[in-house]
Amino acid sequence: MLYSDKRGKTKKVKRKVKPDEAPVQEMDQAEGEETEKKSVSGPCFPPTFSVSEIKNKQRRHAMFLKLKEEKRKQKLELKKKKKKERKALGDQAPPKEVPKTIENQRIYDETTVNPEDEEVAFDEGTDEFSAYFSRLTNPKVLITTSDRPRGRTVRFCEQLATVIPHAHVYYRRGLALKRVIPQCVSRGFTYVMVINEDRKVPNGLVLCHLPDGPTAHFKVSNVRLRKEMKRRGKDPTEHVPEVILNNFSTRLGHSIGRLFAALFPHDPQFVGRQVATFHNQRDFIFFRFHRYIFKNEKKVGIQELGPRFTLKLRSLQKGTFDSKFGEYEWVHKRHEMDSSRRKFHL
Amino acid sequence: MAAKSQICSIWLGSETGILKGVSLTKKQAFNFCEMSCLSRDQEVCVMAWGDPQESEVLVGSVNGTVKTFSIDKGIFTATRECGDPSQGRFTGLAVTDSSMITCVESGLLKVWKEGSTETVEVNVGNGICRMQQNPSQRHRVATGGKENPLKVWDLERPDKPIFTAKNVAHDWLDMRVPVWVRDIGFIPDSDKIVTCTGHQQVRVYDPSTPQRRPVLEARFGEYPLTALSLPASRGTVVVGNTHGELAILDLRKGLVCGCLKGLAGAVRGLQCHPSLPLVASCGLDRFLRVHSLEDRSLQHKSSSADDSGDVEEVKAEEEGDEVWDTMETVTEKTKKRAAQKDEATITGVDGKKKRKLVEKVM
Repeated sequence: MLYSDKRGKTKKVKRKVKPDEAPVQEMDQAEGEETEKKSVSGPCFPPTFSVSEIKNKQRRHAMFLKLKEEKRKQKLELKKKKKKERKALGDQAPPKEVPKTIENQRIYDETTVNPEDEEVAFDEGTDEFSAYFSRLTNPKVLITTSDRPRGRTVRFCEQLATVIPHAHVYYRRGLALKRVIPQCVSRGFTYVMVINEDRKVPNGLVLCHLPDGPTAHFKVSNVRLRKEMKRRGKDPTEHVPEVILNNFSTRLGHSIGRLFAALFPHDPQFVGRQVATFHNQRDFIFFRFHRYIFKNEKKVGIQELGPRFTLKLRSLQKGTFDSKFGEYEWVHKRHEMDSSRRKFHL
Repeated sequence: MAAKSQICSIWLGSETGILKGVSLTKKQAFNFCEMSCLSRDQEVCVMAWGDPQESEVLVGSVNGTVKTFSIDKGIFTATRECGDPSQGRFTGLAVTDSSMITCVESGLLKVWKEGSTETVEVNVGNGICRMQQNPSQRHRVATGGKENPLKVWDLERPDKPIFTAKNVAHDWLDMRVPVWVRDIGFIPDSDKIVTCTGHQQVRVYDPSTPQRRPVLEARFGEYPLTALSLPASRGTVVVGNTHGELAILDLRKGLVCGCLKGLAGAVRGLQCHPSLPLVASCGLDRFLRVHSLEDRSLQHKSSSADDSGDVEEVKAEEEGDEVWDTMETVTEKTKKRAAQKDEATITGVDGKKKRKLVEKVM
C-alpha cells in the first residue's frame, strides 16, 4: 500500500525535499527527484505545489516562515534598487507612486451629492431639519436607555448629557417608546436618544427626531468613558460646542449628517473652545469631543475630553419610531451591501 | 422638451412635485417640472394615464390638484382642482371615457365629468389606502384601506358596492384578524382581485363565487407590504414591503417564487411591463430599478437624485414593437404606484410600433 511520503524542508533535518505528488508517481519519481536534487542546488517543486499541502504542522510552519523571509528579502532588494534609481535620476525621477488604500479605491457612489445640485438643495431646504438650519427652533434632547440600565450605560448617558447642550437624562422605567414619543412632542423635545444596553455595555443607539422626523438606528461600539481616557482635559463646560461633520458625501450621508448637526444649537459665534466631531470613515462614524486652543496662527493644541464612541448606521426610518409598521428609507442588508470591500454607503 | 418626453419609458413622480421621465434606452432621467413651483405640497400622490393611447399623464398632488402632462408636447397642459387637502391625500386616480375618478383618504370617491362641474360622489368608508380601477371594465373600481375591507364599486350604481370582502375567521387565539388593505390589483381575464395588506398577507378574492372570504391567502415577510403589481404572465404577483424586499409570489399555490434584490428602502411604486417580464420599482432609497422577472436580475438602475416618489407610469418603448406604458408614481422618497397597466396602446412614436388590443378589453 502506497502512501504519499510528503516531506517538507526543515531547518533541523537535512532531507531531500520531495514535492507533493500523487503517491504512485512519487515512488517512481523519488529516485529521479533525488538525482535531480543532487544536481540542482535548491529544491525544485512542481509548479502546483503550495505550502498548505504539507500535512505536518511543524514542517509546514517552517516552510512558510522560509517563504516569508524570502519574500521579504526580495521586497527589500526591490526597494533598495528603486531608491538607488531615484537618487541616480535626481530631478527627472518619476513621481512617487501613491499607495492604494481602501479609501482611494472606493467605488464611486451614484448618490454622491454634487454641491451644485438644485434638487438636493431644494430637498434639504424643505426637509424636517430645515427649521434648525434656518434657526427657527432650538434643539432639546431627551436621553434615555433601554430598561434597567447598568453602571456603564448610566455613566455614558450622563456624560453624553454634558456634551450635548439642552439634554436631559430620564430613567426609562420600562415605558414603551411609542407612548413616550407623543409625550416628548408635547413637552417640546426635538430629539429622543435611546441608548440600548446589552450585558452591561451600551451597544445601540436610536436617534429619533421628534415632530415626525426620521429615526436612525445605530450600532454603538468602542465606548470610552471619561475616566478611561488618557491625557484628557477637564470636564466640558456649559458652552455650546462646534460641530464638525467629516466625509458625509452621499445623499444618505447628508441626511445622517444633518441629523447629527441638528442635535446642537446653531450659532456661528463660537464661544468656548469645544468641538464635537463626527468623522465618517468606511461607514463608521467616530465621535470625538475636544477642546482646542490656538497657540498662534498655525499651531493649535487640542485636548480630548468627554466620551468617545463609534457608530454604524443600521437603518434609517422615515417617521418617528415604529419599527414594525414604519417605512424605511435605508436598511443595512449585510449580504447585499457588504459584498464589496470598497463600497460604502454613507 | 418634447423630444425628451417622448423617449421616456418610465414616469416617476417625486415628493417635491417633480415629474421625472426615465429613458431606459438612453439610460437617462429627465425632470419635468412646472416652472419653479417646487414645494412639498406638490408632492405627487398618484399618477395615471390620461388616455388609452398613453399620451398624457395625470399627476395628483397632495394639495388636491391634478395636473395633466402631455408627453407629446413635454409640458404640463392643464391643472384641475379636485378636492382639498383636508380630505387627505389622493389614493387613487383613474380615467374612464370622458370622466376622471379620484379617491382620497377620507373615503370620498368622486367622478369628475369632463366639461361639467357636477360630480358623482360616493363615500367608500374612512381610511382608504388605495383605489384601483379594473382595466377591462372601466366603470368598476375597488377600494380598500385600514380597517376598511376590500369593496368593489360599480360607478353606474354607486350607492352600494357590488362586492364587499368579509374578514377571515378568527385566528388560532380566537382573536379578530385586523384588516389593512394596502394595494389592490385586478387579475386580467377573470373577476379575481388580489390585495396586499399591511399585515404581510397577500389575498385573492373572487367576486364571481359566493364566497366573500379570500380564495387564497399567502404570507410574505415580516413587514407591511406596500405595493403590488401583476406581471404579464399570469399566475404570479410581485409585492414589495417597507424593508425593500421585493418578492414574486405564485398565485396558484401561494408560495414565494423568488425575491428581487437590490432595494434598500421601502418600496413605494411597483409596475410591471404589460407584456415583457420586467418590473420597475422605486422606493424611499431614491433609485429606480428595473428587474427582469425571469432570472430576477437587475436590468437597470438609475438614481432619481432627490427622493423618488411614486413611480406612476412606466411607459416602455422597447424595440419589440411595444409601448410599455405603466405609470408609476414616484415621489421623492416615496414611491407610489398608480399602476395603470398598459392598456392597448397604439403608439405613433415610431410609426411601426403597434400594440394589439389586449384581450382583457374584449
